[in-house]
Amino acid sequence: MILGYAGKFLEVNLSTEKTKELVLEDEVLKNYVGGRGLAAKILWDRLGTKWETIDPLGPENLLLFLTGPLTGYFPGGRTCVSGKSPQSNGMVGSTVGGEFGVELRCAGYDGIIVNGEAEKPVYLLVKDSDVEVSDASHVWGKDAKQTVRILTNECREFLKKRFPKYGEWKEPAVLYIGPAGENKVRTAVVAAKWTHAAGYGGYGAVMGSKKLKAVAVKGTGPLPEAADLKKVKRLIQVINNNAYESELWRRWGTGAGGYEFGAKTSSEPVRNWQDEWHDERSFGVDQFENRVWIKQSWSDFGCPTCCLKIAMVKTGKFKGAISDNPDYEMQAYLGPNLGVFTPEENVFLASTIEDLGLCGIQTGNVMGFAAELFQRGILTKKDLDGIELKWGDAEAFAALAKKIAFREGVGDLLAEGTYRAALKIGKMKKVDVLKYAVQSKGISIGAHGIRSGKDYPEAISYVCSVQGGDHTSTTGLPLDGSGSELGEIFNDSGVYCNFNSFGVPRKVKFDFYQAVTGIELTRREWFKTKALRILQLQRAMLLLGGPDLKWKPKIDDANPPRFYEPLPSGPYKGKTADKAKVEEEKRRYYEAVGWDENGIPKTEALKTLGLKDVDKTLEKLRQ
Amino acid sequence: MPTKKEPIWIARDLSKCSGCRKCEIACSLFHENRIWPEASRIRVFMLVPGADFPHFCAQCEDYPCVEACPVNALSISKKTGAVQVKTKACIACGKCIDACPGRIPHMHPTESYIIICDLCKGNPQCVKVCQEGGWNVLKKVSRGDRAYKLYARTPEEITRDLAFKMYGEKVEELL
Repeated sequence: MILGYAGKFLEVNLSTEKTKELVLEDEVLKNYVGGRGLAAKILWDRLGTKWETIDPLGPENLLLFLTGPLTGYFPGGRTCVSGKSPQSNGMVGSTVGGEFGVELRCAGYDGIIVNGEAEKPVYLLVKDSDVEVSDASHVWGKDAKQTVRILTNECREFLKKRFPKYGEWKEPAVLYIGPAGENKVRTAVVAAKWTHAAGYGGYGAVMGSKKLKAVAVKGTGPLPEAADLKKVKRLIQVINNNAYESELWRRWGTGAGGYEFGAKTSSEPVRNWQDEWHDERSFGVDQFENRVWIKQSWSDFGCPTCCLKIAMVKTGKFKGAISDNPDYEMQAYLGPNLGVFTPEENVFLASTIEDLGLCGIQTGNVMGFAAELFQRGILTKKDLDGIELKWGDAEAFAALAKKIAFREGVGDLLAEGTYRAALKIGKMKKVDVLKYAVQSKGISIGAHGIRSGKDYPEAISYVCSVQGGDHTSTTGLPLDGSGSELGEIFNDSGVYCNFNSFGVPRKVKFDFYQAVTGIELTRREWFKTKALRILQLQRAMLLLGGPDLKWKPKIDDANPPRFYEPLPSGPYKGKTADKAKVEEEKRRYYEAVGWDENGIPKTEALKTLGLKDVDKTLEKLRQ
Repeated sequence: MPTKKEPIWIARDLSKCSGCRKCEIACSLFHENRIWPEASRIRVFMLVPGADFPHFCAQCEDYPCVEACPVNALSISKKTGAVQVKTKACIACGKCIDACPGRIPHMHPTESYIIICDLCKGNPQCVKVCQEGGWNVLKKVSRGDRAYKLYARTPEEITRDLAFKMYGEKVEELL
């Protein structure tokens, strides 16, 4: 057994309510690490040959909650949620903050694999090796805050009864879905602690399709034993010190972004990306800090950064709305992207979205898309069930979000996410509306544009990513550089927060992995073999796609058309993405990762990585 | 700063707690040589998101837990003022938990004895990491003649107050 791992996985079949423990071979753990990497391996092995036929929202899909060997050790623990994605039809390693991963490892599991689907709503309660599939009808339909309240109290009561002499029980860590997930909305999240979410991928809908309302975990054991604890302690200190030096991140987190990314880097979605520049001082971080922040530092297990704040609206018609900062993505997508420019309206919208269990990025994107269609007269007030979807009208957007979460009226259409909604609206209205859809392969683009060239993503960052528009998994060349997806795969497979790894040399991360597991990992090994193998599996699943959609790399490995429209205002007015450069970089990227001119992984590249079976399965795409 | 010889106390400003749990990490590393949140003598509760706080011994001036122990497994350190657990004598009956106004002691998750903050023999590790991070929830001070028992409160009581401080009247919907 490799050190640093709990050594077993919990497998739950919700159709039969049977649970069992599963041990994976050391070789598999060595090669795929955990989290995103391991998800790719498990999904490929179990579903690869029939991938196109698997309905992401059907009982055959798997839902994975995976930790990695660094979860709990590397400051800032997270959990990776995965499965076949109802957004991209590929596989996304979607991570969420909070204590779930740490609790799970302390309970003795490296992950949970869920298959089948329950007959009626259930939730899982894991207390060390005791696993209960419990009735969840009383929480079905409940919003995020009520779900957290009810399950926290209920699980503590349960533990108290079962272990009366233990003393006071802390809360279990809970991952849950809101009404959006229950209604299989493709932009639904798997959430924790009201505001934390695994958004990209749409796994809230997968959880809902399995009628799994929540998973609660309490682990009372230690973290799995590390190979070199002394070294681990020293490395924790290195990561902490690195974070402590960053006053900006500790004080404002990403909360400064809502103004800065608009005014300074001109890369923030404004009115569905019709612009990326704004200079609205009303949206400055000083106003968030002074008017709505009621907690200045909020963090997850072991985190030195505290990029989260808690905000609450104190007066006016949105009084009582609670969210986090909101963090930059929520600020942007539920702010300027909808023409909203006050902290109070932004917090109100973030709170609404979180209560419903929706993804702020994906839902903010589809609502912005709808608002642009309304602006252009393509969607009418009647089409929108009487909602006048004007830029800046926070209440109109909140009303629309509710319709999306409950799939009511036009909400049912928009609940399919931007890409699928665009296809349907295009057919309905007989106009091309895909040009207004700011997404890549079913996944909305994170709130970082490429046109100004002043933010971090570049020409092919979203074009070639195996996770589409995911702003935490952008890619580019060189493959072992900081802009490549292969580095992100390490964060998501070790499963820790990439925010605490900013400014930390790559070598420290690999050293950390070695200190925990005892396994040496060289830069070359990671970038030339292990990460590349994971990437190829994800690419294979993405291209196989199905059953409702399949991607054609020639068409779909592309930036949204909007990125080729010149920026209409601001210091970078007139700037646009360069199509020739994108095509050239795409060609070079394909070559570097071993994909043919059609974007399909080449036989040779797959065989070198020992992925003969992938090659065989991809044969049908090459014809 | 208190000198090494006199009894100490950990002053606490719970509303500053970020919930980072570095105190749990430091405590369990010191006492168990593992990262082990449930075996930490200081435990961060978050019964309502945002209302995170560390829950640990307040060293009440009358030490009701020591009084309640039927087998004399608990004693008071003359050096620091901390409650000391004789692990071999402890019968894990839980009477000290019931005697504590804050229900602060809890069982060791794998051994059959109670665990209570021992102030790390005068150099509390939790304070070190809390100060290093700049949160300053915890501060080591000299122990005087004060009403320390005030701070021995149950997680529910503390949660209600902290959540009320943050969320005002909304608190009834969140608890």
